[in-house]
Amino acid sequence: MATNLYFINIIRFIVLVIAQVLVCNRIGYMGFINPMIYILFIYWYPIKQNKSIFLIVAFLLGFTIDVFSDTLAFHTAATITIAFLRPSIMRFCFGVNYDFQNFKLTSVPRLQQIAYLAFLVFIHHTVFFLLEVFSFANYILILKKIFVVSSVSLVLCILFSSLFSVKKE
Amino acid sequence: MQRIINFIIRNKNLLLYLFLFAISLAFTIQSHSYHQSKYFNSANSITGGIYNTSNSFSSYINLKKENEKLVQENMQLRNYLMNKEYNVEIPIDSTAFDSIFLDYTIIGSRIIKNSYSHLDNYITLNKGSEDGIKQDMGVVTPTGILGIVENTSKHFSRVQSVLNRKSNLNAKIKHTNNFGSLIWNTKDYNTVQLVDIPRRVKLKVGDTILTGASSSIFPENIPIGTIKAFDLNTSKSSYSIDITLFNDMSNIKNVYIINNKNRLEIEQLESETQNGD
Repeated sequence: MATNLYFINIIRFIVLVIAQVLVCNRIGYMGFINPMIYILFIYWYPIKQNKSIFLIVAFLLGFTIDVFSDTLAFHTAATITIAFLRPSIMRFCFGVNYDFQNFKLTSVPRLQQIAYLAFLVFIHHTVFFLLEVFSFANYILILKKIFVVSSVSLVLCILFSSLFSVKKE
Repeated sequence: MQRIINFIIRNKNLLLYLFLFAISLAFTIQSHSYHQSKYFNSANSITGGIYNTSNSFSSYINLKKENEKLVQENMQLRNYLMNKEYNVEIPIDSTAFDSIFLDYTIIGSRIIKNSYSHLDNYITLNKGSEDGIKQDMGVVTPTGILGIVENTSKHFSRVQSVLNRKSNLNAKIKHTNNFGSLIWNTKDYNTVQLVDIPRRVKLKVGDTILTGASSSIFPENIPIGTIKAFDLNTSKSSYSIDITLFNDMSNIKNVYIINNKNRLEIEQLESETQNGD
């Protein structure tokens, strides 16, 4: 079971990175909408695992995406931020249920899952675009990008997460 | 001491997070002020290789359109060549086309990763230092300019697109010699801005913008775009002009890299003059 878990996550990592850089980074709808679906890796990552390793994996994920898309380290910073905040977000979205030993993502209502995903996407995009624009002078631009790209990413992530729903974990 | 260690163990995730965040911030800030690190970009062998493989599939689909574009360009060049007797600028002697006598040599290449939706866009090409590409060479497409080579690996190179906040090229208005700087305000990927054109110059919407003479990267008179709209800047002393690019930046494939043979000499001369001041 444990090796299975590693295997699934490694495959997920590779597939999501490839899907992100070869498909999603090329969408460019309206010139700037490139949805980020690799956030699903953080969404799907097993819950009761060593948090430090999770942070390091998130760092690697963000860094890989950054190297591919020439975006300095914006993806890295955004990804480790949501990885670090994930326990708090989960506790906020799922309430007491989260603290039970046999808590599973699939056992909570769909709406709570979406809320959890929405928080991840929104925080990720906020950090990402703040770093990309790197000045508060263009706050309209930042806000526009955060809201528009977040919504597109969220819709795509919901679609993908229902397509490849996790049954076993 | 015990308490410090306890503190570290208790907050190890927070500390790890802060540490990793600091690393990424350091990367970001350092590259904002200087060229991006040599290996961590899309021109290294792994990322370049993956882009190249994916490109070899996707380029097949666009072959027909690309062929049409190339035929179009060939027609233009043939037209130019056949009429060259009437064109006094080009010497008729065939030795003029020997590469030794030319100021500029051209290397053809293909885009394997395009980008236009970020604020700082970089493009990856499938030729690198082994093909003779060096930093600061100019890159053009059949229809207009594209950017400047920022760094190279063995087989790939990364181009700083004109759609980049760091991009600053010399451009002029056709038939006048007034030149200004070409920048990008990050709003629209088919529109760039030309600033520092003095107020007394007469402008018209639709005028053509070409590369200027005071750049050692691009030859003079390479087309860039046409004037879309213009307005005086806040100090009312010079224009800021919106330019529609001739290139469709979201749909380009074949590019030419321009090597100016005299570049080193020009730069040496310029730096010597500056030192003399």
